[in-house]
Amino acid sequence: MNSLAKLLEAALFASPRPIPTEELAALDADASPAAVQAALDELREHYDVDGHGVELADVGGGWQILTRAEYTEAIERAQMAVRPQRLSAAALETLAIIAYRQPIGRAEIEEIRGVNVGSILKTLLERGLIEVTGRAEGLGRPLLYGTTSGFLEQFALRHLEELPRGDELAVALRPQVVAT
Amino acid sequence: MDDLTPAAPSASADEKQTGFVVDLPAFNGPLDLLLSLIRDEKVDIYDIPVARICEQFTVRMRMLALDDAADYLEMAARLLRIKAQMLLPRPEGLDQWEDPRAELVRRLLEYQQMREVVDVLERLGEDRRNRFARSWRQPGAPVPPPPLALSLGEMLAAVDRVLRQAREPQLHDVVPRSLDVDGAMVTIRAVLALRATARFRDILRDGAEPWEILSGLLALLELARRNELRLAQLKPFASVEISRELAGEAA
Repeated sequence: MNSLAKLLEAALFASPRPIPTEELAALDADASPAAVQAALDELREHYDVDGHGVELADVGGGWQILTRAEYTEAIERAQMAVRPQRLSAAALETLAIIAYRQPIGRAEIEEIRGVNVGSILKTLLERGLIEVTGRAEGLGRPLLYGTTSGFLEQFALRHLEELPRGDELAVALRPQVVAT
Repeated sequence: MDDLTPAAPSASADEKQTGFVVDLPAFNGPLDLLLSLIRDEKVDIYDIPVARICEQFTVRMRMLALDDAADYLEMAARLLRIKAQMLLPRPEGLDQWEDPRAELVRRLLEYQQMREVVDVLERLGEDRRNRFARSWRQPGAPVPPPPLALSLGEMLAAVDRVLRQAREPQLHDVVPRSLDVDGAMVTIRAVLALRATARFRDILRDGAEPWEILSGLLALLELARRNELRLAQLKPFASVEISRELAGEAA
């Protein structure tokens, strides 16, 4: 590996959170963006080809060294690390709506889900997956919610556009729905 | 109602369910239940046989002991309304007839679409969940502050600075003066017994001390809370009008 790749590896090892490419580039003032990208590719290949227990992943708007999934159970059995709790189906539904419709108010979420979401919003806020992004103009100026970088991180998304677009879903909202 | 007993009862339906069931393993709300019904009955979502689906919906509600769940009741009521609207004769010659089911279909499709996204999120989340980062931490937990890099000399100098500043403690005598809200309330009632309206300054004696003013204010608020009087301020910083509350007297 070249020295830049080793520097990036050290930084990624030290950081508890994903590091965006721009921040990695700041580690070495002389390195061009292309050189940083090449070094990242080299590091990833190094892990993949040489056979390591970890891999380099592009998650949540940054790069992160992650253990490979096949070792998760052994690590958890030995209680060296614990997986985060799974979200309930109701929480995931609410999160999905917010991810696509943000900024969105509570009433609109409830309209789509057909059930009350007050306590679920609280849970999602506590887990840092959503945040209040502002207030709507309408009556009572209701709070509006949006997803956080923690959301991207927890679902290993680089950005929101990585989620399937509306027209890519099997059931798209087609125009013929409206008038029968 | 015996014929409504499900042929293959689920474990929860076996036991006698009473009251509101909070945890519904199978369904995430009325739209979810409705969608699964539409799938089970193999009907076209764009041409829902409302009467049949409505009947099935209420049957399932009973099966799942959902009769008390407001969200489900609301959906049942909505279905009944659509059913009623479908029965009404369509106005002759009006091309603009809107299918009463259109709104429901739109919501169902929207919900279905969202469920697909849930599947995507579930897969992505599980993928990420199964890989540990180097120092995994509870999402959202604050990062602990780095330890202070401080020499003993620096710390002693800081202590010295603080001690020098706080060398001469200044002592104040604090005399407790208790408030007399009850007394002020008596005064206000007496004033209002004589006249219908009053100003704040009317209920205080000239040269009143701070504790008296404060007592008067608290008494006013308390009486207003008990509906014995009404407070009004016509514009910002204007003096407050105090008036007798007629309703309060009647009570």
